[in-house]
Order: sequence, then C-alpha cells, then structure tokens
Amino acid sequence: MSDKTRYRRLAAATLTAACLTAAAACAPGGDSGSPKGSGSASPVSTDPAKAGKVTLTVWDQNTDAGTDASTKALNAAFMKKYPNVTIKRVSRSFSDLKTTLKLALSSANPPDAIQANQGYPDMGAFVKAKLLQPVDRYAKVYGWSTAYPQQLLDLNKFSADGKTWKTGNLYGVSQTGEIIGVYYNKAKLKSLGIAPPATLAEFQSALAKAKASGLLPVSYGDSDKSPGIHLFGVVQALTAGKAEVRNLVFDQGKAKWTGSGTVKAAQVLQQWAKKGYLTPGFNGQSADQAASAFAAGKSAFLVDGTWQQATLAQKMGAGKVGFSALAPSSGATPLTQGGEGLAWAVTSKSRHPDVAAAYINFLVDAGGMKASADKGNLPALPPPSWKPAKGTVHADILKEWKAVSQKDGLLPYLDYTTPTFYDTLTAAVQEVTAGQLSPEKFGEKLQADYSSFQQSR
Amino acid sequence: MAVTTPRTPAHKRPAEAPRRRRPAGRRGRIQAKGYLYLLPAFTVLAAFLLVPLGQLVQISLYHWDGLSGSTWAGLANYAEIARSPQLRASFVHSLVLIVFYAVVPTVLALMLAGVTTRAARLRGASFFRAVIFLPQIVAMVVTATAWTAIYAPDGVLNTLLRAIGLKSVTRAWLGDFGTALPAVGLIGTWLEIGLCLVLFISGISQIPRELYEAAKVDGAGAVREFFAVTLPGLRGQITVALTLTVIAALRTFDLVYITTHGGPGDSTSLPAFEVYNRAFSTGQVGSACAIAVVLTLIILLVTYAITKLQPKED
Repeated sequence: MSDKTRYRRLAAATLTAACLTAAAACAPGGDSGSPKGSGSASPVSTDPAKAGKVTLTVWDQNTDAGTDASTKALNAAFMKKYPNVTIKRVSRSFSDLKTTLKLALSSANPPDAIQANQGYPDMGAFVKAKLLQPVDRYAKVYGWSTAYPQQLLDLNKFSADGKTWKTGNLYGVSQTGEIIGVYYNKAKLKSLGIAPPATLAEFQSALAKAKASGLLPVSYGDSDKSPGIHLFGVVQALTAGKAEVRNLVFDQGKAKWTGSGTVKAAQVLQQWAKKGYLTPGFNGQSADQAASAFAAGKSAFLVDGTWQQATLAQKMGAGKVGFSALAPSSGATPLTQGGEGLAWAVTSKSRHPDVAAAYINFLVDAGGMKASADKGNLPALPPPSWKPAKGTVHADILKEWKAVSQKDGLLPYLDYTTPTFYDTLTAAVQEVTAGQLSPEKFGEKLQADYSSFQQSR
Repeated sequence: MAVTTPRTPAHKRPAEAPRRRRPAGRRGRIQAKGYLYLLPAFTVLAAFLLVPLGQLVQISLYHWDGLSGSTWAGLANYAEIARSPQLRASFVHSLVLIVFYAVVPTVLALMLAGVTTRAARLRGASFFRAVIFLPQIVAMVVTATAWTAIYAPDGVLNTLLRAIGLKSVTRAWLGDFGTALPAVGLIGTWLEIGLCLVLFISGISQIPRELYEAAKVDGAGAVREFFAVTLPGLRGQITVALTLTVIAALRTFDLVYITTHGGPGDSTSLPAFEVYNRAFSTGQVGSACAIAVVLTLIILLVTYAITKLQPKED
C-alpha cells in the first residue's frame, strides 16, 4: 500500500470515526434529567421570606397591554412584600413562548415558574419528559382545589406519564379565563333592528339581515390561520353539542371528526363564505385587520376571544360594543370554546419550588385576581367585589363567563386534540371556506390526523 | 456530504517516481505536517458543520418529540416524505419557486444587462446599481411585511387595479389558492433580479470591448451581438447567479413564515417551513430532520448540476 493511499485512508478513518462518535453519543433525548431534590415529601414552606436570598426566574406570555400591566404590578408587589426575592421576568408572545420554552425547560438551568399551554402538545409533552412537577401539595396548602371549578382544574391535570389528559396530577393553575364569543356593534344592530343574537339561528338570521342591508356581517381575517379554529369552534359547539366535542378532543368516546355535527359546522362556514357574510379575501387578511375593521364600524359582528375586550373597548368605547356567547337553544346555557389562560406551573429542576409556588399563589389568590381584573382582563375566578359598569362590554363578558364556566358550558379548544391538529385544522378551515374542500372531505382530513395520533399513543 | 480527502501540494510532487529505499520516517513526517496545517480549518468545520450534520442524519432515524426519550424509526421518517401528499407538495412548491427565484430573474436581468451594454457611458451608473441592489440589503422581515401590505385585499395592488377598471381581477393575492404561490414567487423575483443584474453588469464590463467592435464591424445587430458576445462572455456570472438564486429558492423560509404561514391551506408550504414547524411546533423532530436531510441533498445535487455549466478554467 503506497503512502498516499495510507494517508488518505487515515483521513477517511478519522472522519468516519468523528461521525460515528457523534452518532454513537446515544439516541436523542435519551434520559432528560429526572426531577431531583425538592423532595415532594418535605413539608411545604408557604413563607418566601424565610427562603433567604432567592432569584426567581419566571416565563410568561403576558405581552398584551392588559395582562402585561397586571403582571408588572403583581411582580412589583411580590418583591415589595418579600424583599429577599428578586423576580427575573421573561415575557414572550404566545407563539414565541411555544417554540422557545421547550429548549429552556430542557436546559440545565430552567426557569422556576412558567406558563404552560394546556393539552398534549405542550403540557403533556413537558409532563412526559418530567420537566414539570405536580403541584397537588401546593393546591392543598393554598386551597386551589376548592377555589377553582372542577372543569378548570381538570384542564391542568395529566397522568404522571403525560399520556392521559384531565386526570391524575395537577400541574398548574391559571390566572385568566377566556371564551370565544360574538362581539357586536350596538349602533349597527339598532339601526338594522336586530336584537343581540343568543342562538345560532338568531345569529344566522342577523347575518342575512345585515347582508341584505349592504353592511358586511362579520369581520374575519384568517391569514394568521388561528382565527379559523375559533370561528369553526363556535359553530361546531352548537351543531355538534358539548358531549360530542368533548369526546372528540379529550378522546373519551368513539366520536369521529366525520360525524354529522362537525360536517354540518363546515357546511355552515362554507355557506357563510359563499353568501358573502365574511370579509372578502379573508384568507389574505390578518386577524388584527379584521378586528380594527370591526372597531371602525365596517361590520356588524366579530367572532373573537375575550382577550380582545380591552382593545375593542378602548377603540369603540366600552358601552358601544356588546358580547354574547351563543346557546344551542334560547334559554339554554351558552356553549362555547374557551378555557383558561396558560397554566402557571413549577419546573422539576427549580431550586426554589416553594417560592415559585408562593409566587403563583400570589398571582391567583383574591388579590391576584383583583389586580388582573383592574387592568381590564377577565380573571379566571372573578372576585365578588369586582363589578364592571352596567352596559359595558366588560359586564357582558363577565356575565357570559360566569354562565359558561359555572354551568358547564365550556368547550375545549380544538387544537388540543393532537400535537399536529393545529396545523391540520387551520389549513382545512382555510380550504373549506375557500371552497377548495367539501365539508365531508374536511371531516375526513381531520379524522385522518386524529386516527394516526391514536395509533401512535 | 461531499467531503473529499484534502490534497496537499506534497502529493503532487514528482518525487513519487524514485521510490526506492528512502527512509520512510522522513516522508511520513512531511505528510503528517501537511495535515497538521489543515487541522485548524478542519476542527472548525467539524465542530460547526460535520458534527451537527451527523447529528441531523442521526436524529432523522428516530421518532423524537424534542423532549422525552426517542424511539428508533429507521427510515420511517423518509418513507413519510415519499408517502405524505402534503410533504411532497411542499417540495413541488419549491420547484415552482425556482422558476420565480432563479429562471425569471436571470432571463430578465440578462435582457436588461444586454440593453445597458448599448449605453456607451451612463452618468450615475453606480447610483442605479445601488438602487437595483437594494432589495438584497433590506431585511427580509421588512420586505415580507411591505409586500403583505401590497398584496392585501385593500392594498396598493388592488387599489391600482380598481383605479384602471380591473375590479374583477382584484383579490386577496396571498389568500387565494390560485395566486398565493405565484405571489410569493414574485417577491422572490423582485428580490433576486437586482443581484443578477449587478453580477451581469460587472461581468459585461470585463468582456473585451474589441469583441463588441468586431461584432459591429461584422454587421451584427443588437440581438446577434447579445447572443454572440454578451451571453457567452457571461457564462461564469450566470452560473454564480443561478447557484445563489436556486439555493435561495430552495431554502426559502422567512418569506413564507411572515406572509402566509404556508397557507391558504397548505398551498405555500415549503420544505424549510415544514422543518421549522415540525421541529419547533408540532414535536416531530425526527421527521423535521429527515426533511432537512433530503433538502440538503437536493440543494447539493442541483448546485452540482449548475456548476457543470461553468466554463472550464483551463
């Protein structure tokens, strides 16, 4: 063998070895540090003042005006009460949080308290990877289990292996509540002689009336893709009913996305688009553009979440805009998509879990809820002392939230269904509203995603 | 991964011929020294490119959600690319983008460059060149946001169309299943045409003037002159332009991320967008890596094919 080939082989061997070392470095994500210390057996210390000097790193998604203001106020109050604690706040928008939180949590120095999105893709995956610790012991001490309605608690529960949702350990509590409903322009409705709609039938006839008068019925912009889930969900809640929707999302029964209620909802949306009830070119317009068009009086209705209330009240005047959650029939409990804000959870590797829990309790106790309400948010547990002025959108929203959350009318967000459901559903809604997909094929597309998730579990 | 064993100049030495009874040690030392010089470059390359690339390939063979333990997948993630109509469509979309990013700008820029050769001397040529090159300098986020506003239902484009009586043509360009992909592609054309034009104009300045004079003497018109002199003289620049623009087309991510999120439906989803989405949003890291590997291979193949156009240096 000549020297030339020998050296060439040597180089090749080195290269191969380098690649193999990289490859043999064990399968990706082999064992992600099991929760250490913080012994769940040790008694809970509820007094952060005794914890010594502590820096608490917290990650939240409270970037919009209302929640940002209340978080700032509460953080300052907490540090004033416990001067030994320094809060290091990292605030990211929802989608930025979703993509970066995974990396932060699996690092060696994760934040202490975080906001985790409910459902399999986020909280489920975190629990499965043992990145969050159960907060049941804190719930007992701080009385969270009795303060929250059962269905709000259940949303933040997971089995210890992260495979079954809404049962097992509690992994967090939420500060805010949210529901999707119909905002309406009071002046426009009055001039058209329409009463605020309370059922799907009333809403549909109101849409027809508005259209006939030449007014755009609904401002809708779906280029960000997420509004599609809300519009579809509001209709599906009423055409499919609460048992069916819950079965679909939580997988408690044998419900299928090809069921008649789901297909009917897709038909309704397709007709709305065809009849010109929705903003023309909605797939090329953003949700923000739609909301500002509604606020500017260019349409009668906007289907959106309670997180829009502060913005709309500011732009239109709190007394000029109303909010209604639709019910299956007149007089029945309204039934709509919604839930609670992201759950405040304690990470497994936190060095100060007791302080983190005390901070979370500070956010969600009566004082925390009051602070949240004061800045124009919808608190998950509205304090009895909080009474928004009559005839404002805030009063409407509080009334509907109480009805929905206390009388079992809350339906889960549909993208909780599978890790890929957000993509599948948002794309399918764009297709069905553009007439590219028949309502039946729409159901089949969703069902295909659902089935492949069931098989992989 | 195209890593060939580096050749040191030592290899080329004709000293190979008299290979009789030489102290092997000495020769070995020289060789080893040669590789030693390569070591710094190789270390950097290995640490920041080869190792991550190896990991990419490795992860692509697993089912992994990015957090908890992974399970061996074999080639399942690759099979999924072949099977899933949505993923296959994303690769087809990027082929369409090549037309808009590479073919159209190159052809247009060639024509424009051909015209500029007729202008003997242009006052403020460098100013125009800077203006033409501007799209390459502006941050993509800004570009994408500006174009979103142009394409919006009540944006500049539709306002213009309405003003000239073409109301029936107006639509949400980025929200319409038929026009979304071409609309994104045209942004690419706008982006890349400046790059091509600047390359070609500088290329033309290197073509000896005598050739043009000779063409003129032979009675060649503008068209004939273009095909006989300008085009052959620009072969090198065309290769560079095509390589850069095709790569830009294949790895487009930010433009789609900002303008359409892959929508409406999946009509503008692209491989790079799917990689991001699967790795960071939907917890399919293995699948994301498999797409990335395939995309890398395609880019390597296509650029290799393009370099075949390059004129031989000797």
